[in-house]
Parts: sequence; structure tokens; C-alpha cells
Amino acid sequence: MLSLETITNNINNWLNNHVSSTWATIIEMLIVGLLVIGLFAMLGLILVLMERKVSAFMQIRVGPNRVGFKGSLQTLADTLKLVLKEGLTPKGADKFLFNLAPYVVMCAAMLILAPIAFAKNFQIWDINIGVLYISAISSISVIGILMAGWASNNKYSLLGAMRSGAQIVSYELSAGFSVLCIVILTGSLQISDIINAQQNGWFIFKGHIPAIISFIIFIIAVTAETNRAPFDLAEAESELTAGFHTEYSGMKFALFFLAEYVNIFVVCAIGAILFFGGWMPLHIGNWQGFNQVMDYIPSSLWFILKVFGLIFLIMWFRWTFPRLRVDQLLNLEWKYLLPLSLVNLLLMTVVAIMGWHF
Amino acid sequence: MYRTTDILTNTPNASLSEAGYMVINVGPQHPATHGVLHLVITLSGETIINVEPHLGYIHRSIEKMCESLTYRQFIYTTSRMDYLSSHINNHCCALSVEKGLQIEIPDRAKYIRIILDELTRLASHQLWWGAMAMDIGAITPFFYAFREREMINDIMEETCGARLTMNYMVPGGVMFDLHPNFQKKVKEFIAFFKSKINEYDEILTGNIIFQNRMKGVGIISKEDAISYGCTGPTARGSGVSCDVRKLYPYEIYNRIEFDEIINNGCDSFARYEVRMQEMKQSLKIIEQLIDNIPEGDFQAKTKTVLKLPKGEFYTRVETARGEFGVYIVSEGGTTPYRIKFRSPGFSNLSALNHMAKGNKIGDLVAIMGSIDLVIPDIDR
Amino acid sequence: MFLKNYILEIWNAVKSLLKGMKLTGYYFTHHKEIITQNYPEVKQQLPERFRGEVVLIHDENNEHACTGCTACELACPNGTIKIITKFDVSPEGKKKKALDTFVYHLELCTMCNLCIEACPTSAIKMAQNFEHSVFNRNDLTKKLNKPGSKIREGVE
Repeated sequence: MLSLETITNNINNWLNNHVSSTWATIIEMLIVGLLVIGLFAMLGLILVLMERKVSAFMQIRVGPNRVGFKGSLQTLADTLKLVLKEGLTPKGADKFLFNLAPYVVMCAAMLILAPIAFAKNFQIWDINIGVLYISAISSISVIGILMAGWASNNKYSLLGAMRSGAQIVSYELSAGFSVLCIVILTGSLQISDIINAQQNGWFIFKGHIPAIISFIIFIIAVTAETNRAPFDLAEAESELTAGFHTEYSGMKFALFFLAEYVNIFVVCAIGAILFFGGWMPLHIGNWQGFNQVMDYIPSSLWFILKVFGLIFLIMWFRWTFPRLRVDQLLNLEWKYLLPLSLVNLLLMTVVAIMGWHF
Repeated sequence: MYRTTDILTNTPNASLSEAGYMVINVGPQHPATHGVLHLVITLSGETIINVEPHLGYIHRSIEKMCESLTYRQFIYTTSRMDYLSSHINNHCCALSVEKGLQIEIPDRAKYIRIILDELTRLASHQLWWGAMAMDIGAITPFFYAFREREMINDIMEETCGARLTMNYMVPGGVMFDLHPNFQKKVKEFIAFFKSKINEYDEILTGNIIFQNRMKGVGIISKEDAISYGCTGPTARGSGVSCDVRKLYPYEIYNRIEFDEIINNGCDSFARYEVRMQEMKQSLKIIEQLIDNIPEGDFQAKTKTVLKLPKGEFYTRVETARGEFGVYIVSEGGTTPYRIKFRSPGFSNLSALNHMAKGNKIGDLVAIMGSIDLVIPDIDR
Repeated sequence: MFLKNYILEIWNAVKSLLKGMKLTGYYFTHHKEIITQNYPEVKQQLPERFRGEVVLIHDENNEHACTGCTACELACPNGTIKIITKFDVSPEGKKKKALDTFVYHLELCTMCNLCIEACPTSAIKMAQNFEHSVFNRNDLTKKLNKPGSKIREGVE
């Protein structure tokens, strides 16, 4: 069976046979870079369309249905529009920071992709502190948002950026704690170890109630971290018009927009890896027959299915709930999620030490 | 140093920013102001210190225009004021002209007027519900609200010939008779709406986020509501009994059984609850009337050219937003000497500063949603 | 006790959120409930009373019923209608007032229906056309009587 693993190995061998290993690494890096950018473009197109369709069906509408087959090329048309638009820089803005901000946000989103395993042995960089790396990098995007808010010379932008800063910094904590719960079960920070530990069952089943609680906390925290409704205070369109990207237009706005969707993909991928075994097929204990049937489904498909399932969940939240107020947002984190996740961490430690998990 | 009184007496913005406050212009083009309302808000961080509404962006001098229009013609302008309850506005104008002419309109016309008034109120409250949910950040309820509102609009379109600016009430009755499908369609609508109204509670009323956003926010006491001249659900949410339909019944409201909804919560959620209950009361009123519309004329015989006797005539009705009054000063000619409209939105807006002070920016939007502002109504 | 309330509070909150998600989930899976129409392809039949624009009724002989009495012009609140009259000379040599041009400013019209109510000969009516957008504003000023049309016999 042709898998992504064999393709990457073949390319690697071929390059090493034909050029020196330094050049092989450089060429591989270039290929990876191109693939990441390509993935971003694809994700943007697919996720924006998916969001619009999901929202449409929830709102008893049809959604985009003109461009392409059933509106499938709608995002392409929108992108074309955005590219053609003029990128305005407001008077009095800090031009350098204003132009830099979208790229910082974008690069932060790109960097998190590195340790994510898309399929069996198909990973850009299997760093041994993978989980730590992800938590570290995911807080960089807030710098981009603060930059955008400050440099725009707009009070709405500034308010949005400040909200975003407070929000992301606080929700990092409970996201980190729920990730730690899984790390306790595995005993390793490496992504490939975490996935391999779920060989005989995903952590959400293996970890009993603490794993389920930490999954719920994780999904709430990452929704907040990606500035998605009901936590979209940074851009709260009925309060701050568009928050930190009020003054952005054209392609620079598109980068923010794209970064939002890529961030969703990334956090959902992390969620899938930690709680649903990444590319690992659904295995139940020692049921050999069942497990083998599941193995026939390619690992990349498993991964994509899980990630898109989680993305759908986050979209479902967005199109159902009203927005929180800024003080309630922080209340939720500091009074509910943080104590809960601390207790949960303790519970998980007990479970792990006593060996109660499967 | 900054003094509290400085804020209240309109200090120039420079001294405010020196004191560490931020002055932001919300509107006239802002997604939450539902039109061209311009609010100058003074912020300390996220907390609102002062809200100052600026009007005039949609001033069309309707009152002055009316002075050159005849008594038949001026009615249509009121549809352009509170466009969500245009029927009720037209009704009030027709009532005041009838008061001046001292004509009694046929019973059938009265029934038709009341049914259409209540349908308008329902449609208005439905739109308010959707728009309010959108202010809070939930977009989906807006579409559910519009689904039901569309049915009312279709009924209106069939009978009155327009969806929003009806001009259906004329002095002496109504412009056309009811459409033959009217009763059937209204009954269909009532059945449909009753099956869907619990969805409103499921998606929004019961939602914990929504309740936290609404409860204890935008508080205005009973005394303050009276002194600001608040009317309609805004005042009834603070425990003021002010339903014109009950207190000064016009047409046949004294013959109809319905309750005046009063809530003593004084906050945004109380105002929300009042409107939700009012929808049910409107359904009750329509149900009582729809099967009993008497036969007969739909319009009293009036002269082609209407001339009001010298004098002053004031009538008031209860629109979806509060008390709407029409004050006509007549010199005996074919056109009024002066017309003054008392619009509910204006007085309700004046209480906004009182309600919003000390709350967060997000609350300002929720409060504006809960007092249901329609800007062309405030700024005529 | 405190802990019980705390947990109960969270449980009720989550329940209320799930209720909302159930509703949106229902609509997501039930596409039959979709209420929107594909507008330019599927056009709704508008009711006959719908007020879209004023038209002068012409019959198959290109005759209308407008006597040029300007009742509609007087009834109109905002000067939408302008009637230009002329004098027809009958075979007997008698002069008679007749309609020359029925000017209708669609851009000013508020569709209030007062002109139709005022017309003594029911010469005008409201049409159901609502797609009025044009590229040139001048196109909105319309001449309602067709070229060569004349008043129907017997209409006074």
C-alpha cells in the first residue's frame, strides 16, 4: 500500500544518493516550506468554505452556491477580490509594525505545524519537547495581534489587541494544564511517543473522566486562544467593529483571516493528537479483528477526519453561542477553568500513579 | 486633576485624555448602532464613564414637511419614522385626524386595525430579538427570527400591498378590505409561531452566556425610568405601568382580554423578558379577534378634502417601543399648522447614559439592544 | 455545600449550552427547513396588491382612461407625478383638455397608493415590478402614456 511514509523515505534516499547530505537537507527544507505554504492556501480555501456552509445550514440558508460546483470556488473568488483590493495604511500608523504584524501572526501559525504528525511517520520535525514547543510558539501570535492593534493608531484596534492579550495569556494556562494531563499519562513530551502510547486506545477513552474533563477544558481554552466566538472579543464586530484588524484591508487583512483558520486547524490537530490518537486508527484493546479492519483505513485519512471533526465542533460553538463580556471571560478562566484543571491534573496524577487507566 | 463634574459638563476631549480617559466615537457607522446613531463614549479602560448620543444624521425634517401636506398625505411620512411599527404610527395619525373630524369608523375597520397593529408589534419584536442576539454576538438567532417575521411580512404584503412602509391606515378606516386569504394565513402563522417560540428560549433565553450578559446590566430604577420619560417595554421592565392600550384604551382595546406585562427586574434581562411575554400577549389578542371580524364597511365615508376644525388634537398609541403621540395644531385649513410627533425612541435613548455608566463596552451594546432603538424614530 | 452548588452551577450552564447546540445541530442536519430562495432563478409571485410602481393602464387599442384631471398630481405628497395637458380639437371644432404627457418620477415615489385612490377614472394602477435599478438616474423619470395612445371613448 502506498503511504506517505514511503514517499518521504524515497525522496530522502534519492536526494542523499545524488547530492551531498547538506544539500539534501536544504532541498528538503525548501520542499517542506513549499508544502507548508501550499497547505496553508488549501486550508484557507477549504476552511472558509466549510465555515460558510456550516453557518448557512445552521441558519437555515443555503450558503455560497454560485461560483463553481455548489459554491466550491467561492473562496477563490473572494481571495481574488482581496488581492485586487488596495492595502491601505492609515495616516499616523506605525508603518513598519503595521505591515509586519500580519506576517508575525502568520509565521507563528506556520511554526506550530512543525511537530504535528499528519500521518504515520509523516512529520516535519519530531522534536523531543514537542508539546512544550507548541505551547511556547502558540503564545507568539499574540505579539502580532498586539502589534497590529498598537500600530493601527486606532482606538478600536488598541482595545481589541489589549483584550486579545489578556485573553490569550490567561487561557494559555488552562490549555497548558489540560495538555499536561496527557503528558502525565504518556510520560513524554514527544508527539510521536504520545501517539504511539495510544496504540491500544485513544486517551479520551483510556484516561477515564479526567481525560474527558481535560478535553472539554482544552477545547474551551483553544477556542479562546484562537479568538473564535464565543470568545471573539478581540474582534467583537458588534462592539469594536473589527477589533485589532479594523484598519487592515486587502491582502494584509486576508493574512489575518487566513491565520485565524490555520490556527483553528493547528489547535484542532493538537487536540486530535493528544486526545484522539492523531493518525492512530480506532483500536479497542485486544480485539485483533476489529483493529486490523481499522488499520486498512489510511492513517492520513484518520488524522484529517479527526481534525475536521474537532473543527466542526468549534464552528458549531461559534454559530450557536453569544459572545462573553471581557470580565466574564476572565472570570471563566480564573474562577472556573483554572481551578478545575488544577484539580483535574491532580486527579489524573492519581489515576496515572495507581495505574487505573487502561 | 480630573473632577467628576468635568465629565458631566462636557469638558473638551483634550482634558479627558490627559486624565487618562479615552474618548471613542461609536458610529454614525457602527455595526451595533442599527443606523446612524453617533455615540461619543468616554472610557476608562473598558469601563464606560459617559455616553453622549449625537443626533442629526438622519434628520429629514418630517414635522416641517407635514405642515405642507394635507391630512391624507402626511400619514405616509410616519411610516418612515419607526419603520418597524409603521402600521401603528399610521394608526395614530389616522386616529388624531379622526378625532379632529369627529368621525366614528366602522367596527370592521377597528378590528382590522387592531389585528394589523398586533401583527406589526410581533414582527417588530421578532426583529428586535434577532438584532439583539446579534448585538450580543450570536448571529444564528437572527435568521430564526426572520423566518417568522417573513410570514408576517407576506401577510402584510397581501393585504396592505407593502412589506415595511404600509400606509394602510387612512382617516376613516383602512385603505383596502382584508384579502380573502388573510384569516387563513394569520391562523397558519399563529400555529407556526407557537410551535417555534420555544426555540427562542432554547437558543437564547436559557443560554448561560446570554443570561450573564443581560442580568444586572443597564439598571434603571422605576423613578429614573419615569423621570427620563421612558415608555414601552423599557419602562415596563422597570416596573412602570405605562401601556397605553390598558391605561387609555383606543379603538377596541377595552373589549379585549390581555395582560400588561410588568417586570420589576429593572435590568436588560427584565426588558428582554417583557418583550418576550408581550409577543405571547399579542398572539392572544390576535387569536381573540381573528375569528370575530364583523362584516361591514372597512372605511367610513369621508370628504375628498379633509379640513380639521381650529384646535389642537393629541392622540397616543402604544407602539412596539413605547408611547407614540401625534399632536396636531390646526388653523382650520387643509394642512396642519404644526405637527409634533412624540416618539418613544427619543426618550428611551435619553436614559442610555444613565443605564450604561459604569458598565463595559460590551454592555453598552447589550443595553442598546435591550431598549430597542430605531434611529429614524429618534431623529425625525 | 459550596462545592455542590459550584458543580451544580457548572452542570446547569453546560446543559443550557448543549440545548442551544442541539437546536443548531437540528437545523444543520435538516436541510428541508431551509427557507431561502434562489432569487434571480426562482421569482416569487407577488400578490396583486403589491405596490411596485405606478403604471397607466393601456388596452389593446392603445387607449387609456386618463382625462388629465391632475387629481393624482394633487394627491401625491411629494411631487412624483406631473401631468402635462394639451387641448384636443374635436371634429366639431370644440376644444377639449386631454393628456399630453404623464410624467412619473420613480425616484421620488414612496408607493403610498394615494394617487390610485384619487383617480376618478381608475386610469392608473400599481404594478408588481420591483426591480427598478438602472445605471442612469434619468431613466427613473418615466413617461407613462405610450406613444400614440389616446383617451378611450366615453371616459369623462
